[in-house]
Amino acid sequence: MAAATSLPPRGPSLPPIPSAADQANRIAPAATAPELLRNFCIIAHIDHGKSTLADRMLQLTGVVDPRQMRAQYLDRMDIERERGITIKSQAVRMPWGVHEDESGSVVPYALNMIDTPGHVDFTYEVSRSLAACEGAVLLVDAAQGIEAQTLANLYLAMENDLAIIPVLNKIDLPAAQPEKYAEELANLIGGDPQDCLRVSGKTGEGVEALLDRIVQEVPAPVGDPDAPARAMIFDSVYDVYRGVVTYVRVIDGHLSPRERILMHSTRATHELLEIGVSSPEPKPSKGLGVGEVGYLITGVKDVRQSRVGDTVTNAAKPAKDALAGYADPKPMVFSGLYPIDGSDYPDLREALDKLQLNDAALTYEPETSVALGFGFRCGFLGLLHLEIVRERLEREFNLDLISTAPNVIYDVTMEDGKEIVVTNPSEFPAGKIGSVSEPLVKATLLTPSDYVGTIMELCQSRRGSLQGMDYLSEDRVELRYTLPLAEIIFDFFDQLKSRTRGYATLDYELTGDAVADLVKVDILLQGEPVDAFSAIVHRDKAYSYGVMMTEKLKELIPRQQFEVPIQAAVGSRIIARETIRAMRKDVLAKCYGGDISRKRKLLEKQKEGKKRMKNIGRVEVPQEAFVAALSSDAGGGKEKK
Amino acid sequence: MPPSSPFGVYLHVPFCSVRCGYCDFNTYTATELGGGASQAAYARTAAQEIALADVELRRRGLAGREVSTVFFGGGTPTLLPTADLASMLASVRDTWGLASDAEVTTEANPDSVGLEDLVALREAGFTRVSFGMQSAVPHVLATLDRTHDPERVPQVVAWAKRAGLAVSLDLIYGTPGESVQDWRASVAAVLALEPDHVSAYALTIEPGTKMHARVRRGELPGVDGDDQATKYEVVDDLLEQAGYGWYEISNWARSPEQRCRHNVAYWRSHDWWGIGPGAHSHLAGTRFWNVKHPRAYAQRLEDGELPIQETEALTAEQVADEQVLLGIRLVEGLPVEGRAARAQLPAMVQEGLLEPGAAAAGIARLTRSGRLLADTVVGRLVA
Repeated sequence: MAAATSLPPRGPSLPPIPSAADQANRIAPAATAPELLRNFCIIAHIDHGKSTLADRMLQLTGVVDPRQMRAQYLDRMDIERERGITIKSQAVRMPWGVHEDESGSVVPYALNMIDTPGHVDFTYEVSRSLAACEGAVLLVDAAQGIEAQTLANLYLAMENDLAIIPVLNKIDLPAAQPEKYAEELANLIGGDPQDCLRVSGKTGEGVEALLDRIVQEVPAPVGDPDAPARAMIFDSVYDVYRGVVTYVRVIDGHLSPRERILMHSTRATHELLEIGVSSPEPKPSKGLGVGEVGYLITGVKDVRQSRVGDTVTNAAKPAKDALAGYADPKPMVFSGLYPIDGSDYPDLREALDKLQLNDAALTYEPETSVALGFGFRCGFLGLLHLEIVRERLEREFNLDLISTAPNVIYDVTMEDGKEIVVTNPSEFPAGKIGSVSEPLVKATLLTPSDYVGTIMELCQSRRGSLQGMDYLSEDRVELRYTLPLAEIIFDFFDQLKSRTRGYATLDYELTGDAVADLVKVDILLQGEPVDAFSAIVHRDKAYSYGVMMTEKLKELIPRQQFEVPIQAAVGSRIIARETIRAMRKDVLAKCYGGDISRKRKLLEKQKEGKKRMKNIGRVEVPQEAFVAALSSDAGGGKEKK
Repeated sequence: MPPSSPFGVYLHVPFCSVRCGYCDFNTYTATELGGGASQAAYARTAAQEIALADVELRRRGLAGREVSTVFFGGGTPTLLPTADLASMLASVRDTWGLASDAEVTTEANPDSVGLEDLVALREAGFTRVSFGMQSAVPHVLATLDRTHDPERVPQVVAWAKRAGLAVSLDLIYGTPGESVQDWRASVAAVLALEPDHVSAYALTIEPGTKMHARVRRGELPGVDGDDQATKYEVVDDLLEQAGYGWYEISNWARSPEQRCRHNVAYWRSHDWWGIGPGAHSHLAGTRFWNVKHPRAYAQRLEDGELPIQETEALTAEQVADEQVLLGIRLVEGLPVEGRAARAQLPAMVQEGLLEPGAAAAGIARLTRSGRLLADTVVGRLVA
């Protein structure tokens, strides 16, 4: 470790610097006094410059060689880089020297920067990352102000008693309004607008001062070095070469290489093959002590054996109590994933198996659909999680997929008291239903005040109820709504963005269940239900869903030799109907100049197409029609303005 | 196909005075395309291909057959001087020989021939003329960009008959803006002229044509399959009542002798050589077609090569598919081989697509609704 040599120039009155070896020894992993540790995270919205700021910190602290530096060093997955979002957190240990007092000696510190996922679907993972820290840098774009997700994560950090360091980034931008947004931040977290640091991740301006502030303001970790070891898992990542890499924060005691560890929730024991810190490449160490952050490798191959939030302890001398806050990852949104080419089914299974190694929240089980063939019912944390998984399957595994409209979990209570959990409209019971309850979310929306009306209208149309409204500044408003999760997993984001020209932001968290008047709408083709289009919707919206789907399918399904009624039904009651008239003519009369080849090629195409035809009763439907009906406008059942 | 199959010749004349908005045929309006591609040189250019075709037939051991049918299509063959058409036919006769009962047809536009031309054609050995009448209704003709005066049709038909030529009239139905009444009027006009043979084709608007662009711009309504089905039923009824029998989906004749044998040869996969730019040929299980542009075509011949663009040797499956695809269109019906295909017949009889009597004998013979849905029937027989 090159702590001393990496110290940046500190101005003319540079104090005497202790020898490099001395410095390094004081903050060596497994031998660093907790007083010299600072664990922090950066809370920021997508594209507010978190990764660029992290890059600058890596450079300033000298842990990344300038020649190896690449933009957004910590974002490893292609999708993360392309979408500019961070999906999985990581931790980096950085040395930073601060001159403490008049005597002028430089004290070395080890800073652990814990990267947090930046999206609403990963609230639980964020909460665990925050629990691994004592402080948080609240990073806000000086040209845009705070966004809803940042605000939600900020509240989470404040609930965890983290020291908050407000920072305005991108002050180099001409559109930056640091005064305005400093005021806004001060209103949110208390304190003086002057306390808000101004930095530019791009130019590096203010980043040294920020590192100094972290050392000054983030409390040192506290723990019992003599107690049985307890470390909290805040992330685990599958690596093809090394198996699962588990990121932990040690609370009490000490973890050492080669010892046997015990996972509290599963009671499984593993040998610690390797333990170390990331800086940012993995460096094995002699262990990890109180307050330290690092990684473990045990040789397991599946992240579900190393669960975020779980407590790692020594198998021989286990801690009695697990750390608080562990929860099993719970899928909240379900969707059927089907290969467009049915012969890709085994590949899809294999791809899901592989993805699950790295994604403890992903669940799936085989499912068959009359319309779509063989596929999987998959469970996700939320819509983004679904999109990420789907995109990875398509991109990394070269699969062409179609997904059914996502749905949430419903708890159905029958009149006889029997309870049924429904994760797929096809499981919705037919008998006498007592009540149906659905998950609700607490949503926070931040918006320029001009759009308050349109957002209220949107939330109203989605069965939302207003819980409160605050002005963050003169022209920025925070709206709080309770909404059914089902209402926001379709096209809520898109609607919100288009109605507010992209200005409004949204965050939500689950807040329990509520009974609602929900019904299942089936779509029938010549009396045969088409499973892929059944949907559970509020009774008031059943009609508009039925009309929309029947109209859409009428456009997409080719005419048959006979008339085909398309109906939408709630139970046995038909609520909407369209008719595809019988096809009277399909023959091509012309055969110019004996060009038989062209005709035959049409037939060959027709034969090929026939293989992809699905039969719903007597009706032949090209798979493309189902695909088109599912992909054009995922916002089933929603009124369009 | 054994060399005992009848042998036909198609001669493509790629010239028109006006290009019609719906036409996607290989035709050109310029008189001067240069060299052998020009109208004036065309008969000689075609003769070069005939000579090379003969060499090829001999090389493949497929020579030695007299020509049983000749068809001049286009374009507008009658844009060429009658003498040129006669000379092209003479090239065919001199090279391969014409059967004594050979059927020799030319297409003609009603406004491009006179009595003398027709007499001269008959003298040169032509036996049949097919007039591109298309419609008897002026606004429909205008939409189709047809330039002839409908009043002229009775005149040329009378001349053709006087010259001793069998007469066929071509109609197009389903033109945008054509009412069912308009269509009835056109069919009635045809019947009044008592032709030997009638063809009626549903208009298809191919991408790349002027008409396609007009439909896309919203200037014209597109074709409507239901409307075309109705009009097919209308023409079929009226022709049947007048004593014409269908023998192929789009063709009717007053008697079996007056069917177009050249046309039937296509549906029976007989051998024929297509002369001219873009022309298609079929010889003993291979299909090939010529380069499309007349200049490239003439250049290849100039260089002493056959102007073939591409050759396709049909696989057994393709031959079988074609037999179904083509044979089903004929009034005789298609003998259905194979258990799986035969198993399809009863359902299709029930659905009214096939005639029950023929089906019982293992022959798929289309009913009128079957003719309209022939692609469905084919799809089920080849599945």
